[in-house]
Amino acid sequence: MNLGVAVGGLIAGIVVWAIIVRQLTVKPWELQPAGPTDELQEISRSKTIKVGLWVLLAVITSLFSLFIAAYYMRMGGHGDALALDWTPVPEPRILWLNTALLVGSSIAMQWARTNVLRGRRQGAFQALAIAGLATIAFLAGQIFAWQQLAEAGFFSPRNPALAFFYLLTAVHGAHLLGGLFVWVRTLLRMRRREHELIDARLSVELCAVYWHYLLIVWLVLFALLLST
Amino acid sequence: MAFVAIADRDHEHAHDEPHSWIRKYVWSQDHKVIAIQYGTVAILIGLVALVMSVLMRLQLGFPNTFSFIAPQDYYQFITMHGMIMVIYLLTALFLGGFGNYLIPLMCGSRDMVFPYMNMLSFWFYLLSVLVLVAGFFVPGGPTGAGWTLYPPQAIAAGTPGVSWGIITMLASLAIFIVAFTMGGLNYVTTVLQARCRGMTLMRMPLSVWGIFTASILGLLAFPALFVSAIMLLLDAVAGTSFFMPAMSSMGETTQYSGGSPLLFQHLFWFFGHPEVYIVALPAFGIVSDLISTHARRNIFGYRMMVWAILAIGCLSFVVWAHHMYISGMNPYFGFFFATTTLIIAVPTAIKVYNWVLTIWRGDVHLTVPMLFAIGFIFTFVNGGLTGLFLGNVTVDVPLSGTYFVVAHFHMVMGVSPILVVFGAIYHWYPKITGRMLDETLGKWHFWLTFLGTYSIYLPMHYLGFLGVPRRYYAYDSSIEFIPESVQFANEWITISAIIVALVQLIFLFNLIWSYRHGKEAGPNPWRATSLEWQTPETPPKHGNWGKQLPVVYRWAYDYNVPGAPDDFIPQNVPPGPQTPAGSHDHGPQP
Repeated sequence: MNLGVAVGGLIAGIVVWAIIVRQLTVKPWELQPAGPTDELQEISRSKTIKVGLWVLLAVITSLFSLFIAAYYMRMGGHGDALALDWTPVPEPRILWLNTALLVGSSIAMQWARTNVLRGRRQGAFQALAIAGLATIAFLAGQIFAWQQLAEAGFFSPRNPALAFFYLLTAVHGAHLLGGLFVWVRTLLRMRRREHELIDARLSVELCAVYWHYLLIVWLVLFALLLST
Repeated sequence: MAFVAIADRDHEHAHDEPHSWIRKYVWSQDHKVIAIQYGTVAILIGLVALVMSVLMRLQLGFPNTFSFIAPQDYYQFITMHGMIMVIYLLTALFLGGFGNYLIPLMCGSRDMVFPYMNMLSFWFYLLSVLVLVAGFFVPGGPTGAGWTLYPPQAIAAGTPGVSWGIITMLASLAIFIVAFTMGGLNYVTTVLQARCRGMTLMRMPLSVWGIFTASILGLLAFPALFVSAIMLLLDAVAGTSFFMPAMSSMGETTQYSGGSPLLFQHLFWFFGHPEVYIVALPAFGIVSDLISTHARRNIFGYRMMVWAILAIGCLSFVVWAHHMYISGMNPYFGFFFATTTLIIAVPTAIKVYNWVLTIWRGDVHLTVPMLFAIGFIFTFVNGGLTGLFLGNVTVDVPLSGTYFVVAHFHMVMGVSPILVVFGAIYHWYPKITGRMLDETLGKWHFWLTFLGTYSIYLPMHYLGFLGVPRRYYAYDSSIEFIPESVQFANEWITISAIIVALVQLIFLFNLIWSYRHGKEAGPNPWRATSLEWQTPETPPKHGNWGKQLPVVYRWAYDYNVPGAPDDFIPQNVPPGPQTPAGSHDHGPQP
C-alpha cells in the first residue's frame, strides 16, 4: 500500500506542480493586458489524442501500482515473515524468452515509428507487422508459462503467490490485447492503397508509446515475480 | 504540419450534424444528449434506491408490521441503497450528467474531444446498471453484504445473495469503472485541450474546476475498486484466497487459506475516501457558481477556491484509513490518519467561509437554485462538523457502530450533494429545455426536502449518542441500554422519510410538466456570465456555437462591475469603456 501511495502521490504531485507553476498564480479578475491569450490557438487534434493517451497511462499506472501494493501486503503478513500460506513459485524459464520477445516488439515499434517519420511505407509496414507478431508470440509464451506451472503440479488457487502470478500476467496480457486491437486496425489501414502513409503516423506513434509503456510495466512485474 | 490537417479531418466529420432520429437521440455522440441520457438513467436508478430506503425505514419505524421485509431483504436493501446512491446515482449524475453537459459549454468547445468514446461511456454505464438490476432477479437476490462488501462475510455462506448477487454486483462495478474511465478521460482531456481562445485555466468557472479535479480523482481512485472487485470475484468464483482467511463456516472448514480481509479494506477505502470527494468537489464547484450568480457578486477568493479544490483532491488520497479505526491498526497509523483528516478540514472551511462571504452584503435573489445552495451550506457545515468528531480515533471507536455515523455521512455526502443536484437542475434546466421550472413548486420542493431531511437525520445523531447500533434489522426489547423513546424516534424518522420521498414526486412532476408548459426562459434567464448562457440558440444545437467559437476576455464572475450598464458582463464581452475588464478597483478582494 505504501508503494501505491508513493506512486499516486508522486503523480499527483508532478501534475499539480506543473499546473501551479504555469497557471495558478494568475489574477483573473484584473485587466489582462493583451486581451485573450493565444496559447490554445494552435492545439492540434493529434496533440489532444496524445494527451488522452497519457491520461490513460496514468490510470493504468494507478491500476498496476495498486496490484503491486496488494501483492506486497498479501505476501508480507504483518512482520518480516511471509504469510503462512504463501509458497514461492519458481518462475518458468520461458519468461526470459518472453521478455526478450516483448523487448523486441518494443524495438520494432520504435523502428516502425522512425520509418513512418521518414516516409518509408514498406519498412514501416514490415516493422509494425513484426512488432505485433512478436507481441502475439509473447502472449503465447505467457500461456505456455501458465501451462508449465500447471503441469509442474504447482497449480492450486490456495497459494496466493501462484494466484497473483496468474492474475498479474493476465491483467498485463489483457492490456496488450487492447493494444493489438489498435495494431490490427492500423495495419489494415496501412494496407489500403488509397490511404496516405501520413494517415497512419499518429496511430503508429501512439502504439509505440503504449508498447514501451507496457514493456516497462512487464519489466517491473517480472522483477517483482523474480524477487519474491 | 501537413499531417495535422489530415488528422483533423476525422474530427470535423465528427461534428457533422446527424440527421436520423436514432443517431440524434439514441446512438448520439453529442455531449448534451449523452448528459441527458446519463442523468435520466441515474435519476431512475436513484428512485429505486429511494424506494429501498423507505422500505428500510418502514421496518425500523414499525417492526413486526411488514411481513414482506425479512431480515435478509433488509440487508439487501441496505446494500443496494448505498451502492446505488453513491456510485450509480451521485457519481454518474455529477460527472456523466453535469460533467458532460457543462464542460464543453463552459469551456467554449463544440463537444468532448472523443465523442465516440463518450457515447461508449454511457452505454457501458447503462450496461453496468442493467447488470446491477439483474441482481434483483437472480436466485437468492442481490447481495446483502453492505455497500462496502467486506470479505469474508460478502462471499461466505449465510450472507444474502452469496450465490449470484455478489457476482452481479462485482461485475457491475467493474463495468461501471470501465465506463467511468472512458468518460473521465474525456472530461480531463477536454478541459486540458479543448478550451476556446482566452479561456485560461484560471478563467474557468469553478464548476469546471470541481468536475475536472473530481475526474482526476476518479481516474486514479477507481482502479483501487477495480482491483478489489476483481480479486474478490476470484475469491468467490475461482477459490483463490486473496482476501478470504482460513475459517470455518456453517460448521465446515472452508477451502480458503490465510487471505487478508484487511487488505480488502485498504483497497476499498483507498477508492472509497476519494469517492467522497468525487461527489463533493463537483458539488463545491457548482454551488460556488450558483451562489455567485444568484447573489450577483463575484465569488470571494476565486484563486483560494481553486487552491482549496486541488488541496482537498490531494489530501483525499491520504485519509482513507479513518474508515478503518475499528479494524485495528498501529496507533501511529491512527494518529497519522486522524491528523490528515483534520487537516482536510482547513481547505474545506476556507470554501465555506468564501461562500458565506460571497453572500455577505450581496444582492441576494432567493431563487430556487439559491435556496438549494444556501441549504447546502447549512447541511454541509452540519455534516462536516460531525466529521471532525469522527475523524478522531478515540471518538470514532465508540461511535463507529452507531447511528451517529449514519447521520454524519447522510448529511455530508447524501443530503448535501443532492441539494446541489437539485439546485443545479433548477439552474440549468432553462438552458437544457428552453423553459423555466415552476418556481412555486420548486419552493415547496426545497422547503419540504430541506426541513424533512433535518427531521430525519438530526434525531439520528441522538440515537448515535445513546449507542443505538446501526445495521440492525430490529431492536429486541431485551437490549437494556436502548430506552423506549428510541422506538418513538424511529417512528418519527420513518414518517419524515416517507414524506421527503413523496415530496420528490413534486420535483419529478415539475420536470415533466415544465418541459411543455414552463415559462419561456430565453437564452440567459439568470443573467449569468459564464459561456453556456451565451450560446446562439437555447437549447444549444449540435456543435454548440454556430459558425464561430466564442472568445473569452474575462473570468466568469464579473457581476456588478462599476461603470457597466448591466449588473453582469458575460465572459465573451471584450473590454471597452462600458464594459471594463476586471474589478480590481472596487469591492472586497481576496
